[in-house]
Amino acid sequence: MPPVIQLDALTKDYLTDAGAVAVLKGISLKVAKGEFVAVMGPSGSGKSTLMNILGCLDIPCGGHYLLNATDIGTLPEPELARLRGQVIGFVFQGFNLLPRMSLGNNVALPLVYQRIGKAERLARATDLLGQVGLGHLVASLPTRISGGQQQRVAIARALVTRPSLILADEPTGNLDSHTGREIMELFQRINRDQHITIVLVTHDMSVARYAQRLVYLKDGLLAYDGAVADFHGVEA
Amino acid sequence: MIATLLSEAWQAMLSNRLRTFLTALGITIGVAAVVLMVSIGQGTQQKVIGSINSMGANLLIVNSASSRSGGVRSGMGGIPTLTLGDVAAIRELPPTLYASPISTGFVQLVYGPNNWNSYALGVNAEYLELRDWEIEQGRGLSESDINSATRVAVLGQKVVDNLFGDEDPIGQVVRVKNLPFTVIGVLSKKGQSMDGRDQDDSIIVPITTAQRQLLGGPFRSSVSMIMVKAENAEGLNALERQISALLRQRHHIRENAENDFGVTNMTSVAETASEVTGMLSLLLGAIASISLFVGGIGIMNIMLVSVTERTREIGIRMAIGADRRTILTQFLLESIIITVTGGVIGILIGVGLAQVVGQVAAIPVSITAQPIVLAFGVSVAVGVFFGLYPARKASLLRPIEALRYQ
Repeated sequence: MPPVIQLDALTKDYLTDAGAVAVLKGISLKVAKGEFVAVMGPSGSGKSTLMNILGCLDIPCGGHYLLNATDIGTLPEPELARLRGQVIGFVFQGFNLLPRMSLGNNVALPLVYQRIGKAERLARATDLLGQVGLGHLVASLPTRISGGQQQRVAIARALVTRPSLILADEPTGNLDSHTGREIMELFQRINRDQHITIVLVTHDMSVARYAQRLVYLKDGLLAYDGAVADFHGVEA
Repeated sequence: MIATLLSEAWQAMLSNRLRTFLTALGITIGVAAVVLMVSIGQGTQQKVIGSINSMGANLLIVNSASSRSGGVRSGMGGIPTLTLGDVAAIRELPPTLYASPISTGFVQLVYGPNNWNSYALGVNAEYLELRDWEIEQGRGLSESDINSATRVAVLGQKVVDNLFGDEDPIGQVVRVKNLPFTVIGVLSKKGQSMDGRDQDDSIIVPITTAQRQLLGGPFRSSVSMIMVKAENAEGLNALERQISALLRQRHHIRENAENDFGVTNMTSVAETASEVTGMLSLLLGAIASISLFVGGIGIMNIMLVSVTERTREIGIRMAIGADRRTILTQFLLESIIITVTGGVIGILIGVGLAQVVGQVAAIPVSITAQPIVLAFGVSVAVGVFFGLYPARKASLLRPIEALRYQ
């Protein structure tokens, strides 16, 4: 079975007023199905850029990104949109729920873009909200619930398309530590029970410990890639 | 998916009620103005064409032309140059179906205690057929009435109403200019003529009787006008030329001299009138369209604001699988919903206003499906046209930048 993620000498430059700035300088990485990977690194190390490319929101400048053995560098935008909708589930730091929509509709929204019928959309959304412990709030609006609950809804939304990969960008960044632990336990359970691959960006070591593997970026390069338990920091 | 997008677009509209209302109002006013103005334009057109057509189809009118005596010129029909002989000669031309002389004048009518002033038409037996004018009761003029210049009269509806009320006029004797005339028939309703005269306020008598006893002035044997009906529309122009040649010959007009008569082709008059009033319709519609256009700009403005406001939402939708086409469709549907809602309300208001204007201001209005369908189509088109740029702008956002937008 091919790895879910395979990066070969991936590079990304940004054009700024001061000229081209290399953010990723050649990253090679494989993530197998069912792995739970935490990505860490100081700000400016390229974590967000890496996540954007992994999420097919941005394309690399050099090297290759194979998602389930498909090279995304060659795909047109509608195909990228299809991958984002079907293969990848996103969880953001700011939850990013649509405020005017009920929780049920928020969770069901990705299914709209896959042209799945209303009855099935609603059934799947209700089921997932139940799984994250919010089955009784299907008709509520996101503005009426707590941050921790909103992040659970966002996780349910990420799962609704039955993706093979979940990308989470600082998912506990806006939550208190108790709620953050609950969210991380939820991620762990999803990873363990459903064998969904999870890649999670965090700057908090206690959050990273929920993962099995740690990838540490520094100045656009891999500074560490190994078990979380073996990580003792990198030299400055 | 369209159904879901539609309901989402509707939700988005509802969440900003006042803004949606004000934006739609621009379209409502524009569409109402178009419907109202086109209704007025078409009403005017129909009224003009209707009164021309009420004269009858394929008609030529021959008038006595202006005459010159010393340096003074009289107007058309100044000196009656046409005679019953001219009528008979025109009648013999092959394309002629009917021809009738017409002499007119106002006369006072008396029946019992009632009296009434009406418009007398001295004509021949073919006149009513020529005008497509039906007899409702009794009979029309006959050849023998003309030949023996009998004192018989066919009355218009309005004359009957004013002189007889509910009484049956047939066989009764009315005094016309103090001469007794027997009523032989009653005309069906005809309505207004082209010059705005009520044609139902008429009394029709034999031309011979009119010439000798009622309207005769200094030119007893002449007629003021000849009305000619051609067999068909194709023969009309040929007939016009033939009548000119015939009358020039009969009136002994030298080669370079001007005609002492004029021939008017009523079909071409109708065409011109129709063109002019059609132009009026178009002009009114065009002016009203400006407000529709301004409404459209309002839509575009609001949609651009909406796209900017919802940049982050667009980014989220793209991240969870919406492609550019879906985003484009969503925003396009929103602007179409605004314009269609505004348009439908505008149509209702426009139709209502047209009815009010028609009744209160006595301006002829004609509410037909055409401007309504057109206005609806235009409001959808305005929605697409002015919504396309903002929707395209939304769809071309780059997902990461849209997600980063605060």
